[in-house]
Amino acid sequence: MNKFLLFSLLIAFSFISLMVGSKSIAINELFSMDEEQFLVFTASRIPRTLSLLITGAGISVAGFIMQQIAQNKFVSPTTAGTLDAAKMGILFALIFLPDVGLFGKISFALVFCFIASLIFILLIKRIQIKDIVIVPLLGIMFGNVLSAIATYFAIKYNIVQNVEGWLMGDFSGILQGQYETLYLIIPIVAISYLFAYQFTLIGMGESFSKNLGVSYNTFLYIGLLLVSLTVSASVVTVGVIPFLGLIIPNLVRMYKGDNLRKNLPFIAMYGALFLLVSDIFGRIIIAPYEIPIGLMVGVIGGLIFFYLIFRRQK
Amino acid sequence: MLAFENISKKYGDRVILDKITAELQPGRITALVGTNGSGKSTLLSILSRLIEADNGSVSLYEQPLDTYKPNELAKKMSIMKQANHMDVKLTVKDLISFGRFPYSKGRLTKEDLKKVEEAIAIAELTEYQDSYIDELSGGQRQRAFLAMIIAQDTQTILLDEPLNNLDIKHSMLVMGTLRKLVNKFGKTVVIVLHEINFASHFADYIIAMKDQKIKYHLPTQEFIHQGKLKEIFGVNFDIIEHRNKKICSYFNNF
Amino acid sequence: MIKRKIGILVIALLICIALFMFYGLGSNLSYILPKRAIRVWTIIVVASSIGYSSIIFQTITQNKILTPSIMGYESVFILFQTILVFLYGDKTFQVLQHSGNFLLSTLAMLVFSLFIYLIIFKNHQQNIYQLLLIGLILGTLFQTLSSFLQIIIDPNEFSIIENHMFASFSNMNTGLLSLATGLLIISFAIGQYFIKYLDILALGREHAINLGVPYNKMVQVLLLIISIMVSVSTALVGPILFLGILVSNITYQYLPTHKHKYLLLACSLISCIVVFLGQFLIEHIFNFSTAVSIIINFIGGVYFIYLILKSRK
Repeated sequence: MNKFLLFSLLIAFSFISLMVGSKSIAINELFSMDEEQFLVFTASRIPRTLSLLITGAGISVAGFIMQQIAQNKFVSPTTAGTLDAAKMGILFALIFLPDVGLFGKISFALVFCFIASLIFILLIKRIQIKDIVIVPLLGIMFGNVLSAIATYFAIKYNIVQNVEGWLMGDFSGILQGQYETLYLIIPIVAISYLFAYQFTLIGMGESFSKNLGVSYNTFLYIGLLLVSLTVSASVVTVGVIPFLGLIIPNLVRMYKGDNLRKNLPFIAMYGALFLLVSDIFGRIIIAPYEIPIGLMVGVIGGLIFFYLIFRRQK
Repeated sequence: MLAFENISKKYGDRVILDKITAELQPGRITALVGTNGSGKSTLLSILSRLIEADNGSVSLYEQPLDTYKPNELAKKMSIMKQANHMDVKLTVKDLISFGRFPYSKGRLTKEDLKKVEEAIAIAELTEYQDSYIDELSGGQRQRAFLAMIIAQDTQTILLDEPLNNLDIKHSMLVMGTLRKLVNKFGKTVVIVLHEINFASHFADYIIAMKDQKIKYHLPTQEFIHQGKLKEIFGVNFDIIEHRNKKICSYFNNF
Repeated sequence: MIKRKIGILVIALLICIALFMFYGLGSNLSYILPKRAIRVWTIIVVASSIGYSSIIFQTITQNKILTPSIMGYESVFILFQTILVFLYGDKTFQVLQHSGNFLLSTLAMLVFSLFIYLIIFKNHQQNIYQLLLIGLILGTLFQTLSSFLQIIIDPNEFSIIENHMFASFSNMNTGLLSLATGLLIISFAIGQYFIKYLDILALGREHAINLGVPYNKMVQVLLLIISIMVSVSTALVGPILFLGILVSNITYQYLPTHKHKYLLLACSLISCIVVFLGQFLIEHIFNFSTAVSIIINFIGGVYFIYLILKSRK
C-alpha cells in the first residue's frame, strides 16, 4: 500500500488507541470529557499512543540498521543478544547503584548493548559463515548466555527471581512525565535515514567501503550506537519487545524489494502500525485486564519468524 | 530379473523421469549414462526403493519391490550411494561387518566373519581395517563402503557413481572387482557412471538417458558410436579401437 | 578398555550419590535421609532419561547438536500443562500434581513427535542449522504461549504463577516419581530391542534402508520413546535446555565407540554424575545462591556456540 494509505491507517488506529482502555472514552465524549476521563486521556492515553508509535518505528529501524551492517536478514536486537544485554545493563545498574534513576539505567543499558552488539558483529564478520541461518542461531545462543549470567547475579543479589520474565514489554505503565526519553528515538530514526546508504556500504566489508571513501569504523560505531540507544531507551521505559526489529524489515523487504532508502519510511510506519494494533488487541482481549505487548508480539512475531524461515526452503 | 515399468517422477513442476520402462539383463553389468540432471541417480534410487516413484512399478524376480519385507530385500539387492562423511567412531572392519546385518542382525557367525575378511581383501583394505572411518581419505572411505556392499553379498548390486574420489588405480580395482563378481558369481550389477570409458570397457549393456527418457538400451559395442555419443553427451567423440575395445576421446574438440 | 571406562563411571556415580546423601548431615537423620534418598532417585530418573533420549535423538537425526530439548519438546510439555490448568480453571495448580494429567501431557508429546517427524524426516534434504533455529523458536514460541495463557488464567497473579506453576531442581515434583519411574523402565525395556538397529541408523537413512532396516517405522517409534522420556524429566524437574547437548558430547569424547549399548549406558551415567555434582555445588558451595539450571544453561550455551562454530567445516 502506498504512503498515504499507510499514514491514514496510522492516524485511524491512533485515534482508536486513544479511546480504548479500562476507562473507555467514546468518540462522542471526546470533547466533553469529565475530569477523570481527561486525566486518563492526557496522562496515560496520549503518552501511551505516542510511545507505541515511536517505539514501533524505532525498534523496526534499529533492526533494519543491524541487518544492513551484518548483511544478514535475520539479525535483530532479539537475535543478536542486544535485548539481553540491555537487561543485563539495567540489572547491574540496580546492583551497583540501587537508587539509580532513569538516566542511570539507560546509560548502563546503553554501554552493555553497545559492547554486546559490537562483539557479536565483529565475531560474525571475522568468521566465515556460509549459511545465513547460523547467525541468528548464534545470536540467540549469545543472548541466552548473557541471560544466564544476568540471572546468576540477579539471584545472588536478590534483585529479581525470574530474569526471563522480567521487564517484559508493557505499555500500560506509560505515564506523562516518565516516558519522554523515548523522544530520543525520533532523531535517531532521522539520522538512520540520512546514513542508510553508508550502513549498507560498511556491511559489504571494510575494504569495500574504504574503497568508496566511507570510514568503516566510524559508521560501524555510529550504527551500533544508534541501535543501542534505541534499544536501551525502549527497554528501560517500556520493557522488552521481541522480534519486532526482525519481522518488520523482512516483511517490508518481501513486498517492496531491497531498496533501502525507499524502504526506511515504510519500515518505520509499518513498525508503528504493527505495535499500535497489537497493543490495542492486548487491551481488548481480556478487558479490563491487559495482555502485555511483550507477549502479544512474542507470539505473533515468533510465528512470523517461523514462517520466514520455512519460506526459505522453497 | 530387475525390471521397471512406466516409472515417472517429478519434483514440483520439474519432470525428472517420464514413463520409462526397461528390463535389466541378469548376470551382466549395465551402465547408466547421461549428462548431469538426466535422471540417472533418481532412477537408481527408485530402483533400490530409496525414493518412491510417482507412477509405475519396479519388480525383482517378477515380484513388486514393495511386497518384499525390508530384511528379505536387503539380502537380494544392495545399493551403494555416495559415502558421505560420518561423525561416527566406526572402524573399517566394523563398517564392513554391517554388511552382514540383514543375515545375522549384529551377531556375527563364522560364515559372516569369513565374508567380511574376503571383502576386506578384495577392496585392498587389510592395512586399514582397524582405522576409524572418519580418519580415512575420501577414496579410502568409498572403498570401505564398497567392501560393505560386497560383504552384503546380494545377487543384484546397484552403485551410484562409485568411482568418485577414487584414483585411477582404485577405480580400476573397483571395476575389476565388479567384473569378477559378475563373471564368477553371476551377479547383476547396475552402475551409474559419468566417465564413458569405464562404461565402454567394463559394461555389457548401456542405458543412455536424455530428456527424461531412456534414449538407448543396447549392448555396449552397439552404443559406442559417434552419432549416439554426440546425441547423448552433446560433444564430438573420436572412437579409437585399441586392444579389441573402443576408447572414446573427447579431447579433440578444441 | 571400554568396559573399564564404564566401570570408572559407575564408581564415580556411587561416590556422587554417597556425597549427596551423607555430606553435611547434621543430626536429624531420620528426617533428612529419606528426603535425600527421594531426591537421589529423582535425579537418577531425570538425568538418565535426558542422557538416553539425547543420544537416540542425535543418532536418528545424525546431528550432534540437536537434542529433544532444543527442538522444543520440553516447552510443548509446559504449554500443554498450562492449557490443562486453563481448561480446569484450577488456580491452586493441584491439577498439575495429578498423574492423569501427567499422562495426558505425555500424550500431547507423542503428537508433537509426529509433527517433528514430519518436519525433520519427511523432507530428506535437511539443513541442520535451519532445524536448530526452528527448534529454538518453537521452544520460545511455546514458552511465550504458556505465559500468554497464564496471564489469561489470572492477570493479577501472573508473575507468581510463573514461578510456582512448574517444577525445578529445587522444587521437584516427587509426587509423580513412581509413575515416572515406571514409564522410564518401560521405555528402557523397549529401547533395548532397538539398540542393535541404532548402530545402523547412525549411518543415515540410505545405508540403513539398504541393510534392510524398516527406517520410517523405526524412527517413528524411537521418537515416541524419546517423547515419553522427555515428559518424565520435564514433569519432575521442569525444562533443562542444555543438559542433553552437554552430556551427549562429553560421552562421545570419553567413549570413542559407535556401539549404542555402551553409549546409552555411559551417557546416562555421565548425565547423573553431572547433575549430582552440579546440585552438590549449588547446595554446599554456592549455598543456594544460584540454581543448577543456570549453571547448566550457561555452560551448555557456551558449549553450544562452540559446537556450532566447530561444525562449519
